[in-house]
Amino acid sequence: MADLQYKVIVGLEIHVQLCTKSKLFCGCALSFGEAANSRVCPVCLGMPGVLPVMNKQAYEYAVLTALALNCKIAEFTKWDRKSYYYPDLPKNYQISQYDLPLGNNGFIEIPLKSGETKKIRIRRVHLEEDAGKNLHSSGNFSQVDLNRTGTPLMEIVTEPDMNSAAEVRELAVELQRIVRYIGVSEADMQKGHMRFEPNVNLIITRGGTEFKTPIVEVKNLNSFRALEKSIDYEIQRQLDEFLETGRTMEMGNKTTRGWDDVNEATVLQREKEEAHDYRYFPDPDLVPVEMKGQWLEDIRCGLCELPLKKQTRYVNEYKLSDYDAGVLTAERSTAEFFEQVIAAGGEARRICNLLTQIGLKLANDAGCGIADLGLKAESVSELSKMIGDGKISASAGNTIFEEMVKTGKSPIIIAEELALVQTSDESELEAIVEQILSENQQAVCDVKSGGKKCKKAQSFLLGQVIQKTRGRANPRVVSDILSRKLG
Amino acid sequence: MDELLNISCKELRDKIAAGEIKSTAATEAVFGAIKKCEPTVGAYLQIFEGEALAKAAEVDEKISRGEAVGTLAGVPIAIKDNMCTTFGATTCASKILENFHSPYNATAVGKLLSADAVIVGKTNMDEFAMGSSTETSALKRTVNPWDVRRVPGGSSGGSAAAAASGMCFAALGSDTGGSIRQPASFCGVVGLKPTYGRVSRYGLVAYGSSLDQIGPITRTVSDCALMMNVIAGYDPADSTSVGEKAAPVCDYLEKIGQPIEKLKIAIVPQFNAGADGQVRKALNEAINVYKNLGAEIIEVDMPYLDYAIAAYYVIATAEASSNLARYDGVHYGYRTAEPKDYIEVYTKSRAEGFGKEVKRRIMLGTYALSSGYYDAYYLKALKVRNLIRSDFVRVFERCDCIMMPVAPTTAFKIGEKIDDPLKMYLSDIYTIAVNLAGVPAISIPCGFDEKGLPIGLQIIAPAFSEEKLLRIARMYEAQTDWHKKRPVIEVKE
Amino acid sequence: MGKKIDEALVRKVAKLSRLELTEAEIEEFTGQLSAILDYMEKMNELDTADVQPLAHCLPISNCFREDCVKESLGTEKTLANAPQREGEFFKVPKILEESSG
Repeated sequence: MADLQYKVIVGLEIHVQLCTKSKLFCGCALSFGEAANSRVCPVCLGMPGVLPVMNKQAYEYAVLTALALNCKIAEFTKWDRKSYYYPDLPKNYQISQYDLPLGNNGFIEIPLKSGETKKIRIRRVHLEEDAGKNLHSSGNFSQVDLNRTGTPLMEIVTEPDMNSAAEVRELAVELQRIVRYIGVSEADMQKGHMRFEPNVNLIITRGGTEFKTPIVEVKNLNSFRALEKSIDYEIQRQLDEFLETGRTMEMGNKTTRGWDDVNEATVLQREKEEAHDYRYFPDPDLVPVEMKGQWLEDIRCGLCELPLKKQTRYVNEYKLSDYDAGVLTAERSTAEFFEQVIAAGGEARRICNLLTQIGLKLANDAGCGIADLGLKAESVSELSKMIGDGKISASAGNTIFEEMVKTGKSPIIIAEELALVQTSDESELEAIVEQILSENQQAVCDVKSGGKKCKKAQSFLLGQVIQKTRGRANPRVVSDILSRKLG
Repeated sequence: MDELLNISCKELRDKIAAGEIKSTAATEAVFGAIKKCEPTVGAYLQIFEGEALAKAAEVDEKISRGEAVGTLAGVPIAIKDNMCTTFGATTCASKILENFHSPYNATAVGKLLSADAVIVGKTNMDEFAMGSSTETSALKRTVNPWDVRRVPGGSSGGSAAAAASGMCFAALGSDTGGSIRQPASFCGVVGLKPTYGRVSRYGLVAYGSSLDQIGPITRTVSDCALMMNVIAGYDPADSTSVGEKAAPVCDYLEKIGQPIEKLKIAIVPQFNAGADGQVRKALNEAINVYKNLGAEIIEVDMPYLDYAIAAYYVIATAEASSNLARYDGVHYGYRTAEPKDYIEVYTKSRAEGFGKEVKRRIMLGTYALSSGYYDAYYLKALKVRNLIRSDFVRVFERCDCIMMPVAPTTAFKIGEKIDDPLKMYLSDIYTIAVNLAGVPAISIPCGFDEKGLPIGLQIIAPAFSEEKLLRIARMYEAQTDWHKKRPVIEVKE
Repeated sequence: MGKKIDEALVRKVAKLSRLELTEAEIEEFTGQLSAILDYMEKMNELDTADVQPLAHCLPISNCFREDCVKESLGTEKTLANAPQREGEFFKVPKILEESSG
């Protein structure tokens, strides 16, 4: 085993379900969890005589995605029929795009653990219709539900630019973030909105010679966990297989495997007798799409600052930590709310803390986004300024935030009602400090003497002042006064 | 034939609207003809006598109360059985759809219903519209009303036979390679294939999607115009139907009686040479009628027409092989009795449900699209199609229309060509290029051969010029009596 | 192009088309399809190197519909023509493998 090294090569194919209201070629509503075959019409059922009509929103969402992935947008594109027979595909062909996808030659940047980013090239983005579902009932029969037939799917194919399971996972996560940001998909893994098919192989170097293992495609993964684990499994399996058989990549020896989640292993799928002949040809029922100037520009306007870029900007511009920036940019609505508060004024880090420490917690508890808590950006801005000015303490700030959500009242009113307004009045506080010092001669001595009891005594004196003011004294100011008086 | 059945659709429509004739009377006359002729002719797969009479009565009622009714109110019309209807079945003359009940109406059918037409029944056809004689129907045999030993033509043979024998006042057919025009010419009636995209295909069971069009089969040219007024127009459910802005629909009847001044007609002598002597004779005589009306005749060459059959049978079968993939016994249609696994549901249902011609064309089409053959066949055929269309474009720069035979012969004998598919295909030579180019064409009666069989004159015009095409056809019809002749049908005892 | 189609190819195409043909049909079709394909060789007489394929007769592009929901058929109507059903589902003999697509 000495003198053997290997490099992992992974390309990924991702199917993303778009969040249009209706299906790609007919007006049936998209469905999840409804009664079987209740969201079907003659068109998606593939009845005799029906014809497809393209959903404009779906097309624009796909183009928007291609733009977000830095793709070249095709000026002319068409629709092709991909023929194969399967009970969940009522027409026994799928309408897709073959040789002229709507987007190609793009890239996506993924964050690496090192803090740098890596560009993964996107080969193509195209639109196609989903098939229905086959369920296996007991006995010798299967059941077919066509609710999902005709749902708009975007297919995104990367170049084999990834070199570890972790990188593939990063790409999947980033892609999910992007499609949610631009509003084209809910990308809810639970609902099967994203499906992955990695193509994995190894380049093994042994004794100075390079060998490539046959490519394996793992079909139909629908969680990040399964994605990462299946690739890790494949890497080991291919390494073992190579050492045992020496088999290398040749024309036509690409295989397909499925993922067994229970045993956490990939499993060879039944060998097909012949390679698929999909007999692609242009769909005569649909006309081509010409992406002309103004239309493309209108779609491009829908493109916003993308999450990774935003995250980086928060770190650079607002001096937030990478972690905090990540939290704020995890969802577009959170980031936008943050930016609204910034625009209203206040110190970025203070605002960040309010939102991340208390804001998101409340949002999670309420099962909604931070922007849906009913808070006004101006109020949050005001609150952060109150903290900055020392009018209230940071912890009081959290309390007031919660009250703002509950009652909708302004921060200053809540602060007064709850007697949380700090005083920073030097003269007022100095008088109180004098009083406390005079009442606590022992502690004063302990501080002045330095030594072990000093810190404790300092805290004690500070605590006494705070208590005397019933929590209203600005601790910073009190500390300063104490330091001045005690040296 | 009952005298009432001899009047045109338009005249019937006008008289019903005026209260002079009752739709019930016209409908009863049609069903009288059906009782007499149908046992011989066999034009219908389904007859809706009860519903038709009820509708007729309803129309009469409304008119007598002075209520508004549609433009075809009370007129008995037949529909080819490859157009989806929510009433009755939609069989496409195939075992595989013998019991299929559509939950929706084809757009063209919906338009007839909105126009208050009376639907007589659904007519026989070649299975899935694949054929030129109606002989491939799996459900029934239709004969030519002029000679019961001969075919009515196909694939809209039932519609043409029904119109010719007074078993309806007009019918809808469909035309992919000549399936309206050829049976119209074999049966001595008028048949129009509109420009591709002029009439919605939604609800027309697809055969060759880039070639199919629904069109009227009637006894007069004006009736075709009347039918076009009802069925033509943009349909948002059909992405290949043309929008109002690109090609607005006009009133095809408005100027129907107005001849075209300085009419320029192109003929293709080399191409016509392949037709039967008597067909050529009738064609020449028809051309002379136009000459006498002041038309200028020019001779042109259209060299690519010779390749139309080859290109058509690749493109149409390729599209058909894909369009018919859905007939698999899973979601609707015929399923084989005891499939041992789900693959047999497909392979046996389709083998048992489809007839030979359909299977042949599916095989051809699958072959033409399959890996390794796509470029040589399908792609090549699409290029040839471009050349054929360019022939038409070039010629139309110099003329108003092209005239040629509809078919090389008159109606052939039943069984004569059915065992030789290539021979059958070759008989489509005059109609097929028109579908490849997407332009409109009409067949009008222009004589009879020595055996007393009808001959049709084909007039082809530029895209979306149906209004002019109908006027050109009417010019000839006004000068002749062919369209008034009626077959004498042997009545079975 | 230019070769007669042979029985092996006819079987392969029949399989792709999901048609179970009888031996007699295979023999008959092999002869007939050969003759038809021979005829189609005619197209090779034309030099189409510089010709664009014409898939659509009409110069239409960009035909779309708005993203509006329309009422579906409903389960009963959807299953009304089903050869075999089980409750709200279409029923088929057990499907053994993953989707072929």
